[in-house]
Amino acid sequence: MMDNSYAAIMARKNDIIKEAVGMDFDQFEKPGIGFDYEAMMAATGYTIDEIRRVQSLFSIGNTPIIELKNLTALARKCAAPGKGARIFIKDEATNPSGSFKARRACTSVYQAKKLGYKGVVTATSGNYGAAVACCAAMAGLKCIVVQECYDSKAVGQPEIIEKARKCEALGAEVVQLTVGPELFSTVLRLLEETGYFNASLYTPFGIAGVETLGYEIAEQFRAKVGKDPDVVVCTNAGGGNLTGTARGLRKAGCSAKVIAASVNLSGLHMASDEQFNKKSFTTGHTGFGVPYAVNPDHSDVPRSAARPLRYMDRYVTVTQGSVFYITECLASLEGLEKGPAGNTSLAAAFRLAQDMDEDQIIVVQETEYTGAGKHINPQLSFARRNGIDIRFGDPKDEVPGKSIILPAHPSLIQVTDLDLDHMRKSRIKRAVGTHKDELTDEDIRFLMEETNASEEFVRGVVASL
Amino acid sequence: MAKKGDWVQVHSIVLQPEERSDALPEDTKQHPLEMWVKGWLQQDAELGDEVEVITRTGRHAEGKLVDEAPYFTHNFGFLVPEVLKIGDMVREITFGGEK
Repeated sequence: MMDNSYAAIMARKNDIIKEAVGMDFDQFEKPGIGFDYEAMMAATGYTIDEIRRVQSLFSIGNTPIIELKNLTALARKCAAPGKGARIFIKDEATNPSGSFKARRACTSVYQAKKLGYKGVVTATSGNYGAAVACCAAMAGLKCIVVQECYDSKAVGQPEIIEKARKCEALGAEVVQLTVGPELFSTVLRLLEETGYFNASLYTPFGIAGVETLGYEIAEQFRAKVGKDPDVVVCTNAGGGNLTGTARGLRKAGCSAKVIAASVNLSGLHMASDEQFNKKSFTTGHTGFGVPYAVNPDHSDVPRSAARPLRYMDRYVTVTQGSVFYITECLASLEGLEKGPAGNTSLAAAFRLAQDMDEDQIIVVQETEYTGAGKHINPQLSFARRNGIDIRFGDPKDEVPGKSIILPAHPSLIQVTDLDLDHMRKSRIKRAVGTHKDELTDEDIRFLMEETNASEEFVRGVVASL
Repeated sequence: MAKKGDWVQVHSIVLQPEERSDALPEDTKQHPLEMWVKGWLQQDAELGDEVEVITRTGRHAEGKLVDEAPYFTHNFGFLVPEVLKIGDMVREITFGGEK
């Protein structure tokens, strides 16, 4: 009889994942603290051209870019003369399943099919589940989506319930859990039980699938606008969106700055039952964005392919109220109803554009579908019912879990920079961990790549540990 | 009374509070990890009975019968007048000539 206690399942993690991803992650480990990230990415065996071909088989990609002229005009009304970059969005909601996550799911599902797996399992409360369900439907594979959905009173986040509906509509089995990180042990147990492929968000297949998004941005801007964008803003949670997009931009030779944006949920504990339904954002927030950036390897694969600290030039936060506000701006000024994920980076872009020149270009690289449960109206209704104080005012007064402050004027929308050097230090500390031997030059090089920092910086941090 | 072959939802406890991960905040640790699954009921049963279902992927799952013919009720929420005010505000600023 298999021991299915939490500890026993987690102890089998590496063996289960090896079986369920068809990849031995040990082969990429280096002596010391590092591993060969690029070798792991190359081990997918797919070039970007091949991934584009695979995605086209699933009708994924080639999503339009849209210039938000009215929103740009509004930003210029808030900016100094001559300032206010042109704001564009890449309308990823037009992908099958309604978000960029289709790119991420497609390569995993394709790989699962190729290797002869009968189905796929994924742990996600978000769009990724719908994307995996969608691609699995196209590929004729079975699909299980495991969600963290309810608090202990069985009250579900409306946005997550909508995702459950969508996954079921696309033929998936949805397993719903209460709050807690043991979601991953449940996934591991299901992988053992079914023998399905682990369509994890964090495998190289998933991240390689997002590279096409960055690549397309460069191609489309060159063809339609005649130049590369200056800034690309990515909503950041687990880090895969930013990592894949940045890698794609680099592969296309585009040197646009990559800025991460998350909703500020500081002060709320992500594994707290009591605080679960005090959040008005289920993803794209600092509760995922910060820990996954400084400790990417605590996901459901031994080494995550999402390593955003390697690629971000800047990391800013915006308030919940600012994102709701900008979502309504998008509807009222541009005629586009979109979901919250892309609108997190749109709120950031609206403010960042005001510091840039009028002839510069800032791109929000995703939109997502919206609908019952995940439209701003049900989100705000749910918050108000949970006792959150919703009012107009200055967003800087917002307290996550207590209030949502809608800007009394668009000029009040601000971004707050997170201290990247502080995050780099945390990353180095995490990576070194309990390693006792003196670090080799190879270890230092790994840390430089992990943090996108100089040798001097890394050696300085290591010396201070 | 649910009949064999009905589409139902079952509930089970995955981990009792004392079996849960150590890395949990205190409020979460007081509760079990609970699970809900839907499937085709394998025997006639009453709400609250321990039953077996077969899920969309063909898995056999067991749990307490908690819902018959489950359906979704999430919606677009009640009126949030601030949303209308935001729309009016930004249209006025953008197109109404106000700086």
